[in-house]
Amino acid sequence: MRRIRKFFQERGFTEIETPIRLKVPCMELHIDAEPSGDHFLRTSPELFHKQLLAAGHEKIFEIGKCFRRGERGPLHHPEYSMLEWYRAKADYLDVLADTKALIQAVAEIHDLGSADWKILTISDAFLKFADWDPVGNYDEDRFDLDLVEKVEPAIERIGGAVVLIDYPIEAAALSRRKPGNPLVAERWELYINGVEIANAYSELTDPSEQRRRFEACAEQRKALGKETYPIDEAFIQALEKMPASGGVALGVDRLLMLVSGADSLDAVLPFR
Amino acid sequence: MYSASDLKKGLKIEIDGDPCMITNFEFSKPGKGQALYRCKIKNLVTGNQFDKTYRSVEKVKRCSLMSKDFTFSYIDGENYVFSNNETYEEETLGNELLGALKNFIVDDMQVEILFHDDRALDITLPNFVEIEIAETEPGARGDTATNVMKPAKLANGYEINVPIFINEGDTIRIDTRTGTYSDRVSKG
Repeated sequence: MRRIRKFFQERGFTEIETPIRLKVPCMELHIDAEPSGDHFLRTSPELFHKQLLAAGHEKIFEIGKCFRRGERGPLHHPEYSMLEWYRAKADYLDVLADTKALIQAVAEIHDLGSADWKILTISDAFLKFADWDPVGNYDEDRFDLDLVEKVEPAIERIGGAVVLIDYPIEAAALSRRKPGNPLVAERWELYINGVEIANAYSELTDPSEQRRRFEACAEQRKALGKETYPIDEAFIQALEKMPASGGVALGVDRLLMLVSGADSLDAVLPFR
Repeated sequence: MYSASDLKKGLKIEIDGDPCMITNFEFSKPGKGQALYRCKIKNLVTGNQFDKTYRSVEKVKRCSLMSKDFTFSYIDGENYVFSNNETYEEETLGNELLGALKNFIVDDMQVEILFHDDRALDITLPNFVEIEIAETEPGARGDTATNVMKPAKLANGYEINVPIFINEGDTIRIDTRTGTYSDRVSKG
């Protein structure tokens, strides 16, 4: 923790704190928020960070608890620590450089991150390990199943740091389209020794596109019988003024797990 | 029906009509994707192991297994016939299901048979059974060491290692779970 804070402070990032209880959680298809009275506990601090970027902050980071209902397993816990940082006037590759430097700084004494980083596009990874290309030919169930059964085990065998990059636009979440390739979203995920550690975007800054995605997401959630959350209008408004930015969300507990050589969160979360 | 989020290690479910047990279970949620439940499953009829991943929207059939008490009745050729303690209905089990256990079945033995619907899946004998030794070389007199073993035969021809002080006509206790000698019950 101390190393993470030092890393960002040395690079001129401002540490921020944003609300944990929210009126409106960020709507994502497969992430469910935990209710807290008439509010919800945050699943991510993302929407506040983007409002601060719109207000003119350029380099911000936060380490804090986030909550996701029903997620429990060797690599999941419903309450977990998230490190989230944003850089204005930057994209997903700029924050990938931050991530590399961060992992090296944090894991310096633990012999992790010294291996070469491998960058694999989703197209290449799926063609190689699952014999199909989900880009332009997206099928959510097939994508999720093959990712878990074929691609992730292959990434674990490769070992070290592997970055899956350029996701199908349907799996873009809050990332922007890649200029010149409308089928692909500027999003990456970092795996270290086969464990997913971080997710990053070139952030979507188009308010009408963002509204369309939230609305489509609400429809899909409804179809799955899930609760839908209203659209956060303050956030949509802020997008109008938000500069092009890159942002990363990184699971601190999982990083700690890897740094300490554990293979389950049990070893780093004593009260689980 | 179970929903996928009810699945856990040790749970018994039905797949394609066969009873199965989840032998390993892992919650997985890749990236922004849906929750997936990765299971290793053992088919309780064939013993085959396989992997299966369930999505959270999927339903899984419950499997009703029931144990019933039976009494050993008689041998019919290769098969062993048991009668239900409550209904007196007969259940015939063959070599395939009994395996080596058939060597330890004695008259009027009380057993438990595990059923899936009407199909017998497994049999549990009492942990220990007392059987008389039919044939063995005489042991050295007075030698009561239990760590020196010799072969012996039961009346049904099954060979078992016993300590050298055991003689023909002695009754011994056999652990049916391991198929090995446990102790001597009485001298012949």
